[in-house]
Parts: sequence; structure tokens; C-alpha cells
Amino acid sequence: MSDGEIVALVGPSGCGKSTALRLLAGLETPTRGRTRLAAGRGETSMVFQAATLAPWLTALANVALPLELAGAPRGEARRRAAQALQRVGLGGSQGARPAQLSGGMAMRVALARALVTAPRVLLLDEPFAALDEITRRALADDLLLLWQVERAAIVFVTHSVEEAVYMAARVVVMTCGPGRAAAQITVEAPLPRPAGFRATPLFRHAAEAVSAELALVMGASA
Amino acid sequence: MNRLERVLAPVALITLLLLLWETVCRAARIPAFLLPPPSQVAAALVEGAPSLALAAWRTLSMALLALAAASLFASSVGLFVSLDRTVENAVRPLAVGLQVTPVVAIAPLFVIWAGIDHPGRAIVALAAIVAFFPIYSGVVTGLKSADPDLERLFDLYGAGPMQRLLRLRMPAAVPAMLEGHKVAAGLAVIGAVVAEFVAGSGGAQGLAWRILEAGNRLQTARMFAAIIVLAVMAGLLHFAFQALEARALVWWRGR
Repeated sequence: MSDGEIVALVGPSGCGKSTALRLLAGLETPTRGRTRLAAGRGETSMVFQAATLAPWLTALANVALPLELAGAPRGEARRRAAQALQRVGLGGSQGARPAQLSGGMAMRVALARALVTAPRVLLLDEPFAALDEITRRALADDLLLLWQVERAAIVFVTHSVEEAVYMAARVVVMTCGPGRAAAQITVEAPLPRPAGFRATPLFRHAAEAVSAELALVMGASA
Repeated sequence: MNRLERVLAPVALITLLLLLWETVCRAARIPAFLLPPPSQVAAALVEGAPSLALAAWRTLSMALLALAAASLFASSVGLFVSLDRTVENAVRPLAVGLQVTPVVAIAPLFVIWAGIDHPGRAIVALAAIVAFFPIYSGVVTGLKSADPDLERLFDLYGAGPMQRLLRLRMPAAVPAMLEGHKVAAGLAVIGAVVAEFVAGSGGAQGLAWRILEAGNRLQTARMFAAIIVLAVMAGLLHFAFQALEARALVWWRGR
């Protein structure tokens, strides 16, 4: 992977997509082989399918948590957390508890928490799967805009071919038993996507190519 | 309307049952030592009010003292045990054994240990033993109840064991701990009453003693009066802890 690249992992359930992410995060050790990580400690961030916020902390404290755990002074951590919340459009919700936030807002807080450490690699495990379509699309566009500023490399797992093609420069199709990459499709279009990108032939072709690869993979494993 | 109904419905049912009880007692001429009518029970309640209140306070204070002791002990044991899996496995059968052994069975032992002059100590110790398990199990499960993905994030951020305990596991344990204390409060009262029955002496002068004493003299109306006071006291304690738990959860969750 190159710096600032966006890669999507798609594939049938149980093919080790999430495991691949955890390997990248260094949360699991491979049974065979090695993971090569250029990013060091504190340079990798992760967002899960659920927002995974601590319910007893405010949005601000949740976002400040990674900095405080890394030993940043409280005031400094809170200041940077406030900025991160501002960037995801939640500047006004600093004092809110997760229980008071909508699903989309909670996801934005999780995103702010992932971005607050200025990571080189951002790992997203089906980040928008639990959200409704409208919120999901809005967040996808926002994420691409944020990416334009932050320039972190992004790896995300998704079940949605559409989402993969819309957000990633490179879509990797994974196959089961053993889990490995079966195919790669490159999406040759500017990021963030131009308005109406979903209606362009390029988007349709890429989506169909990914779908075809997926069908192949599913057929092989079924 | 709905709220009014929630209060009125049980009151109406209780009134109806009391009327039925009174009528049956009078119509069938049931002797008062077998089943006194509610009017006699009420009279016994009024007449014995000062001594019953004192006895209730004694039982309640013993139960609350036991609860505090159990809370302190069970929380520290739970915290210590959760630090190491081997220790937890070693302690589990003991904790379960303590819980499944009926308090009546071990009460005589404690009465002997506390000495004939200090039945209060035995009662507090026994009630604390009964209250121990729910708090202990609440603390142990609570400390393990943190969202596994949050645990992964703490891994990713390189959190140390102390940071993990203080900033993740302990705050995550709060709801289960509150639940454990609520259950333990009810059990502490039961434990105190059972222990007092077994101690069987008037040394502690709690509600159980009032029931025993009245029973020995076949003063059934006074027995009923003491039982009613006990039920009301335990009920109020339950509601108080429920309200406390709800309040604390709002504080914890922010809603």
C-alpha cells in the first residue's frame, strides 16, 4: 500500500476481512507469515462497525482518550479533541454522551477519535454498516473530504460493492478457504468523487467488475 | 391517569382482600389465635408501633451494616480476583460454595463464634455472607463486561494494565455493580432475619425476635403486625435501592 491510498476489502462473510484489518492493526498475530507495518505505534487508528464509544464519557472525552492514554496532558488532549470534533462537524456536541447521539453522530465521534492522533493508516471495519442509506452516503462523502486534508492511508472492509467502488481507489476482492485476495479492481476517477459520480458509466463498470469477481468467488466457495 | 391507576389498582386490591379477610373471620368465627381479623392486626400495629419501629430499625441497621461490609469486602475481592485468571478460577468454587450453602445451616456456627452475649455480631456477619455473592459476581462480571472492540482500541493505543483497569474496566463495571448491590440489599434483610431466628435469643431485639416472641405467646395479631412491618420495610428498601440504581445509571450514561 502506498501513502494516502484508499483500499476497500470486499468478499463473502467469514473470509477474514476483519481479521486482515486486525492483522494490519497489529491486534492479532498471524498463524503463518508476517505482517509488514510501516506505521508505528500510535500511527494506526481503527473504526468498528459500531461506534464503540465509552458510554460514561462525553463525546469530547471519548475523542481525547487515545491522546490521554498516550500520555498527552489533559488540557492539550481536550483541545485537540475539540478540533477533531469540529472537523467531523460536531463542534457543538462536545458535552453530549453517546446515549444522546444519533447513530450517524456517534459514528462521527468515532471517526474524530480515530483522526485525533493524526494516523498514517486508518482502518475501518464495516464502518457504516449499521447506518441508514442517507447517513451512510453523507458520511462517505465527508470521509473523503477529511481524507483530502488528512491524507491517511485508508483500508476499509465493506459488504457494499457500491460503497467500495465509491470510496476506494483500489478494491480488493477476497475469497474464502483459505482467505486470500482473489482480484483487484482499480477505480480510475478523482477522489473525492465528483458530484453525480454514482451515475457515470465508469462507476457502473467498476461496480459490475467487482460484482463479477465476487460472483466468481462465491461460486467457487459454494 | 396512568400514574394514578398504578397507585390505585394495588390499593384497591389490598382493600378488597382485607375486607374479605375481615368478613370471613367474623362470619366463620375463626379464633383470633389462628387467624385474627385485619382490624385486630391494625390494633396490634398501633399499640405496638413504638417497639415495632425500634425493632425495625435494629433489623434495618444490622442489614445495612452487613451490606456495607459485604460491599467493601466483595468489591475488593472481586477487583483483586479479576486481575488474574488463575486466582479467579481458584476463588470461584469457594464463592459459589458460600452462596449455595443455606444461611440457616451455618448460622448456629456463627452464633457460637460470636458468643452468646453478642448475637448482633453473628447476625451482621451472616447477613454479610448472604449479601457477598451478588456484589462479588456483579463486580467480576462487570469488570469483564467492557465492549471487546473498546478493549481492542485500548490495545491499539498501547494502554497499560493500570490504564485499562482505571479507564475502561472499572467504569464499565458500574451497571453490573449497581445491580449486584440492589440484589444484595434485599438479601441482607433476609439474611439478618434468618440469622436472628436461628440465634433465637432476644439479644438483638430485631423484628424476627418480635415475631418469635409473639408466636411463643400465641399472640397471632402481633405476629402479623411484625410481619407487615418487615414486609413494608424490605419493600421500601428495595424501592430505595431501585431508585438509587436508576439515578446512578442516568449519571453513568448521561441519560
